[in-house]
Amino acid sequence: MTTARMPAPATLRPSDLARLAAVGLRTRKLRAALSALGIAIGVAAIVAVLGLSASSQNGLLTEIQALGTNLLTVQNGQDQGGGTAELPTAAPAMIGRLPGVTAVQDTGMVGVNAYRSPLIPAIHTNALTVDAASLALPAAVGTSIAQGAYLNAATAREPVAVLGAAAAAYLGIDRIWPGQRIWAGRMWFYVAGILKPDALVPGIDTSVLIGYPATEQYLGFDGHPSTIFVKAQDSQVNAVDNLLATQADPENPGQVQVSQPSSALTAQADAAGAFNGLFLGLGAVALLVGAIGVANIMIISVLERRSEIGLRRALGATKGHIRIQFLSETILLALLGGAAGVAAGTLATAIYAHAKGWATVIPLEAWAGGLAAALLIGTGAGLLPALKAARMPPTEALWSL
Amino acid sequence: MSAGMPAAPPVGRPARGPRPRPEPGDGPGLVLELDEVTKTYPSQPPVVALRGISFAVAEGELVAITGPSGSGKSTLLHLMGTLDRPTAGTVRVTGLDVAALSDRELSGLRAVSIGFVFQQFFLAEHATALDNVADALLYAGTGIAERRHQAVRALQRVGLGRKLAARPTQLSGGERQRVAIARAVAGRPAIVLADEPTGNLDSAAGAALLDLLEELNADGATIIVITHDHAIAARLPRRIAVLDGCIVSDTTTPALASPPASQIPPPAAGAGEDPVRRRGRPARRQEQP
Repeated sequence: MTTARMPAPATLRPSDLARLAAVGLRTRKLRAALSALGIAIGVAAIVAVLGLSASSQNGLLTEIQALGTNLLTVQNGQDQGGGTAELPTAAPAMIGRLPGVTAVQDTGMVGVNAYRSPLIPAIHTNALTVDAASLALPAAVGTSIAQGAYLNAATAREPVAVLGAAAAAYLGIDRIWPGQRIWAGRMWFYVAGILKPDALVPGIDTSVLIGYPATEQYLGFDGHPSTIFVKAQDSQVNAVDNLLATQADPENPGQVQVSQPSSALTAQADAAGAFNGLFLGLGAVALLVGAIGVANIMIISVLERRSEIGLRRALGATKGHIRIQFLSETILLALLGGAAGVAAGTLATAIYAHAKGWATVIPLEAWAGGLAAALLIGTGAGLLPALKAARMPPTEALWSL
Repeated sequence: MSAGMPAAPPVGRPARGPRPRPEPGDGPGLVLELDEVTKTYPSQPPVVALRGISFAVAEGELVAITGPSGSGKSTLLHLMGTLDRPTAGTVRVTGLDVAALSDRELSGLRAVSIGFVFQQFFLAEHATALDNVADALLYAGTGIAERRHQAVRALQRVGLGRKLAARPTQLSGGERQRVAIARAVAGRPAIVLADEPTGNLDSAAGAALLDLLEELNADGATIIVITHDHAIAARLPRRIAVLDGCIVSDTTTPALASPPASQIPPPAAGAGEDPVRRRGRPARRQEQP
């Protein structure tokens, strides 16, 4: 016989391999779905954790951007005896002369309490403070009037008060009507307006604001400011910051505290990712458990499909073909789980961010990392079953029923 | 008949008559040759399944290998199908020494040259008859369109042209085995090995299946049927009986009622009971690829 020629080595086209992998999963849908679930949950947890912290950070940063980072506050510190120091009454005017300063507003703590009526027991202060306030305060501290009107040159001299958002709520006042009044320092003050909540200077929210002249006339206030709000040009913020203490109280600059309210928000944004490590760890545990589940299912699948393996070997599949078939099936399964996890994590982030009014931010490392983890897990979990399947002798696979 | 003469044409070879695919200049082609094949399974104590078996099958033959359980016919099937390698001796498929081929090459040989029919059918239940048959060519590097085309032809050939889209669960046992046969012959392999093909069928379906195998053989397919059923074997032109790992008889019946005429040897001298080994000898002169 002259026709003995070497057979062409058996081949399997990539498209056929993809089809084989898909068929393996399609014929066992429920099992595939359940075993991919573990991976999906792990990936979803990772994507959601990273997405939520990124979205909340983004939300805070947007807020900071809107409020501006050019507000500085000057507060009275402590004197050498440990008592409360006083800022000079001329401090706001002196600060106003610094180059780069665009606005100066101030409040002074009066030291009396405010109540809905004189019938309220004096001890129920609601932790509200009564402050003397300058006439352009809301704009400087990043808030505005919600109802009614703010103090003006006329009302600042009369027993008239404007309430911070929280103060109004504590006093049980939700709208302004003529004759609306509160009880502060043994007399009635008419309520002229309510402010919106202030993100940058939350202290304003719990304040009852009264004009300087009125506090001096009716409440015996000495007129010393306790907090000065300074707006500076963005480029001059640091320069102004350095000069503020000396300018506010040239005699005792050490008794003056200068701070930047936006830095608190920045710190908050940084803190938003503080627990990421913990949750990512939990996500990784879910992934690991999912991977073990997948490996387990695939090993069972190999045992179950002995006759298929034997048949394929008889039809001409090499050990390599069997190996790659089972490996691709596992990788496909893990990738499907990973994709479902990315979708679920993104959805959870989007829902939460929408509820919070943030933009939805899914960092690249979250979804790409989730898919990469799934791929890695698929490869890892599929290796052992694939090797097992390939090592099975065809005779044993076919005739061991 | 001097079987030892190297230059002599195969002794006892049937078919001087017209053959469907004659081999120019070298007589009829041998598609399967076993020479002194021994298979020992390494257990305690070692089990000797085959003891020096030799025979050859020429292109276009229809052969029954019979024997009771444990006679070694399953081992013989593994070796003929290149699913296993002999402990000693040589197995040649289409002239190629199985021992000299790597796993990849053996797989390629199975993909192209050998078709299997199993007692249990081994059909994928989720796939249609068409896809089951098309899968036979999956590892031969054939494109999916061509695979389907050939599968349609094979299914039409076995009489299932109207059930291409049926799933195995919607088919009767006989039809399932026809699908399996279509899968085995779709790629026009040199050898079709059928392992108890009628084992799971009732006698009517079994008889119909044998008719089909005979028709396919008449079309030129080389078919080897492994069976324990002597009634089936009796219908086939050549019968090799195996017992305890040895060939006890190798019988060729001259003419049957509906012979694939080209395949049946003329009643040559003493043809009825050829000595077992005679068929194997000529293979030696065909070692060189």
